[in-house]
Amino acid sequence: MSAETSPRGGLRDLKKIFGGGSSNVRQFGILFSLIAIILLFQFLTNGLTLSSGNLINLVSQYSYILILAIGMVMVIIAGHIDLSVGSIAAFAGIVVATAMQEWNLPWPLAILLGLVVGALIGAWQGFWVAYIGVPAFIVTLAGMLIWRGGNQVIGNANTVPVPDGFTVIGSGYLPEVGPFTGYNNLTLLLGLVIAAAVVLVEWRARRVQKIMGSDPAPLWVSILKVVLLDAVVIYATVLFAGGRAGTSFPVSGIILGVLVLFYSFITRNTIFGRHVYAVGGNKLAAELSGVKSRRVNFLVMMNMSILASLAGMIFVARSVASGPQDGLSWELDAIAAVFIGGAAVSGGIGTVTGSIVGGLVMAVLNNGLQLLGVGADRVQIIKGLVLLIAVGVDVWNKSQGRPSLIGFLTRKSKTGEFPSEPPAVIPTSGTPDSARPSDNPS
Amino acid sequence: MSTDPIILEMRSITKEFPGVKALSNVSLTVRAGEIHAICGENGAGKSTLMKVLSGVYPYGTYSGDIVYQGEVMHFKDIRSSEAAGIAIIHQELALIPELSITENIFLGNEPTRWGAIDWITAKKTALDLLARVGLRDDPDTLIKNIGVGKQQLVEIAKALNKSVKVLILDEPTAALNEADSQHLLDLIRGLKGKGISSIMISHKLNEIEQVADSITIIRDGLTIETLDVVADGVNEDRIIRGMVGRSLESRFPDRTPHIGDVFFEVRNWNVQHPQVAERMVVKNSSLTVRKGEIVGIAGLMGAGRTELAMSIFGRSYGNFLSGTMFKDGKEIQLRNVAEAIDHGLAYVSEDRKALGLNLLDDIKRSIVSAKLTKISAGPVVNDSKEYAIAESYRTSLRIKTPSVDAGVNKLSGGNQQKVVLAKWMFTDPDLLILDEPTRGIDVGAKYEIYGIIQQLAAQGKGVILISSELPELLGLADRIYTVFEGAITDCIPAETADPETLMKSMTSARKKVQSI
Repeated sequence: MSAETSPRGGLRDLKKIFGGGSSNVRQFGILFSLIAIILLFQFLTNGLTLSSGNLINLVSQYSYILILAIGMVMVIIAGHIDLSVGSIAAFAGIVVATAMQEWNLPWPLAILLGLVVGALIGAWQGFWVAYIGVPAFIVTLAGMLIWRGGNQVIGNANTVPVPDGFTVIGSGYLPEVGPFTGYNNLTLLLGLVIAAAVVLVEWRARRVQKIMGSDPAPLWVSILKVVLLDAVVIYATVLFAGGRAGTSFPVSGIILGVLVLFYSFITRNTIFGRHVYAVGGNKLAAELSGVKSRRVNFLVMMNMSILASLAGMIFVARSVASGPQDGLSWELDAIAAVFIGGAAVSGGIGTVTGSIVGGLVMAVLNNGLQLLGVGADRVQIIKGLVLLIAVGVDVWNKSQGRPSLIGFLTRKSKTGEFPSEPPAVIPTSGTPDSARPSDNPS
Repeated sequence: MSTDPIILEMRSITKEFPGVKALSNVSLTVRAGEIHAICGENGAGKSTLMKVLSGVYPYGTYSGDIVYQGEVMHFKDIRSSEAAGIAIIHQELALIPELSITENIFLGNEPTRWGAIDWITAKKTALDLLARVGLRDDPDTLIKNIGVGKQQLVEIAKALNKSVKVLILDEPTAALNEADSQHLLDLIRGLKGKGISSIMISHKLNEIEQVADSITIIRDGLTIETLDVVADGVNEDRIIRGMVGRSLESRFPDRTPHIGDVFFEVRNWNVQHPQVAERMVVKNSSLTVRKGEIVGIAGLMGAGRTELAMSIFGRSYGNFLSGTMFKDGKEIQLRNVAEAIDHGLAYVSEDRKALGLNLLDDIKRSIVSAKLTKISAGPVVNDSKEYAIAESYRTSLRIKTPSVDAGVNKLSGGNQQKVVLAKWMFTDPDLLILDEPTRGIDVGAKYEIYGIIQQLAAQGKGVILISSELPELLGLADRIYTVFEGAITDCIPAETADPETLMKSMTSARKKVQSI
């Protein structure tokens, strides 16, 4: 009934600019927070935040956390948690580094080895979670100890260097090709492709909406959306392409981008993705719909470990060596990113893009505070508060029957326009089960 | 009528839930030291009445008066009704398995000395109370280590500790075996001798006949009558007549059944309880379904209807022991839900919210969720097909929503149920098992759902309809199986079925199933 009287007109259309239906208003809010934080730091750092060097640094410094967030959001949607990702990253890193140093394994094969190690670890943990039924919290807490210890056993608690070829995945950039333009040509090309893709995607979305007979947002909304997004893309492209000579868009950023596209597609458009949401949303109902929940849980846990080992390798490549302290407390950063990005602790809710935005909030915050010379101690305190407040606002709003802070603000403004809107969620969430007549057969 | 003083009187209690009048002008009079049974079909309002009495629904949420020992009471929660001496023992026991008997008896009511729990007094009192209920176990035994029968006794001991004057027992023997039931009934009789009144809700009419002094019958939220067991010469038949005695209104769409051959059959089906291996939840049950036929399953709560249905549906309940299943003349084995769906079975759960839907999901995704392969190219789901299919069901089933993008949690019960039906219709089943498909749904939506069920049968599908509402079964089904304590007790063609005969077969293992 609430959707029937959902806000009409400009406000809703405006929300559609960022894909904001009722279901992802939260992301809409967090995206605005990200923009606000970027602008705030841009101001506070006198333009340093959005400088070429800093932006490039930001991407290569946080890409591995964001890669973890992709896997973590799927784990959390399925209703689990993974505390072992930092240790797995460290373990995979040391295995790969040692393999290249001791056996002279060529670096592409080493990367493959790293992924296989991740898959094996994931299969091990997935087995305990999915088939034995040990809570993932426990399994991965054990994993956190096991793989951290494993790292130190293999590396004798020492640092193992990696060869130059390997470092490209962590500290490489798009190479210089073509005529000298003062910018990195490949980065420019990449930017153009993305800008064109934005237009194409929006155009296709409108066409599909038309075919399906649902009313698309007015044309001006689409145009505004495309113009805004492309402006951001082009601005970013110029920044990335115009950095110090020899730098450009980082390879790790490209790996991240490919993964984001791939996993967004998996979670949104495939049967497996649907099953992950179904198992996390209502396991029993999913099983009664023929979903093999054990297999889903197994694959989700396994996938997380593969991504963790990839993140570990990128980190090792960036720091040119694998050490015993690699990946320390990464799990916490990844989990924080996912929850800031709108996932629900109880499972069933969350998106890959939301988690990336959540991760970027943390990254920009971290980076900006560092630029301002705030000590690591205070940065931690601030990050902790941000996490608590972001999720706290969300929980509070849900208990009030509102989707998010932004939802709350927009709601206020529209109540004047549409006084008839009923409280949408309150009746279902506010009524204790015992008070529902249907559930009280005598 | 006995001349004992009236201890409790509930006067014209009316209790409404949004959209439903659960109780309307219900009155109940309980005398001191009597056992008063409350009878009625599932959903008649018995539990609601008891929840009003015990303060679960506090004063102000209902209209009417509770007069207790001559005073009008305003209970605001369970604690206040307990303080006055009214204790309720729920169907699902409220004991904590990991605590001992003593700890459970005194939970929330611990005797203290200098601020610390006085375990010596507690244990002494516990021993006393256990002796009164005839339980000889060590009071330090953990609750999880004693059987359900003994747990029930601990609950009563807990109530006695609060110097109870009126004890409410909601289905006290539902989970008990014969011997434990008998012990419990004896105990209730013994308490009566000590001046404690009991209000007992039970589906086991023989037990009521055996222990009750008077019986109040509730139907559709109304008090039908109050009988004095001795003076009125009450027997089971008399109670059944009171429980079901209503005319069948024409609340069902017209239908001319076109029944084909038997295409689905279950033979000698045996299923164990998933945790308690010695408990058989389905006993040697056999049933057949013909094409285009609506087969009803009648049984009281806990009789094993849902367990039977779910165990057929890919063994989704209990431990499958033995039995064979045939579809279209061939024996089939359904080891999991996916196989059941592939073989054209569908099961609409009685618990829509817990088992039927992912409440976080939207309508279109829910509708296609049981057969995503049907709209997918390889692993990729086709969104536009999904939308189109959801739209077509929205129109054909008249799901009231502005958009199929809306979350299912925003729909009313009736519309949620339509989404669930759409979800299973989308799987193209040959056999639909509908478990309480109209539970918690208002009358208008019920009529529509009846229409959908009849349409499915008209398309040649077989339908198994499980329902607690006898009129619903009589109005829809072509043939009705009755289930009692996990076994099928009878199979009655709809033409010859009436509420009385059904209720008889539902409350006793009287007849063997006639083969058809």
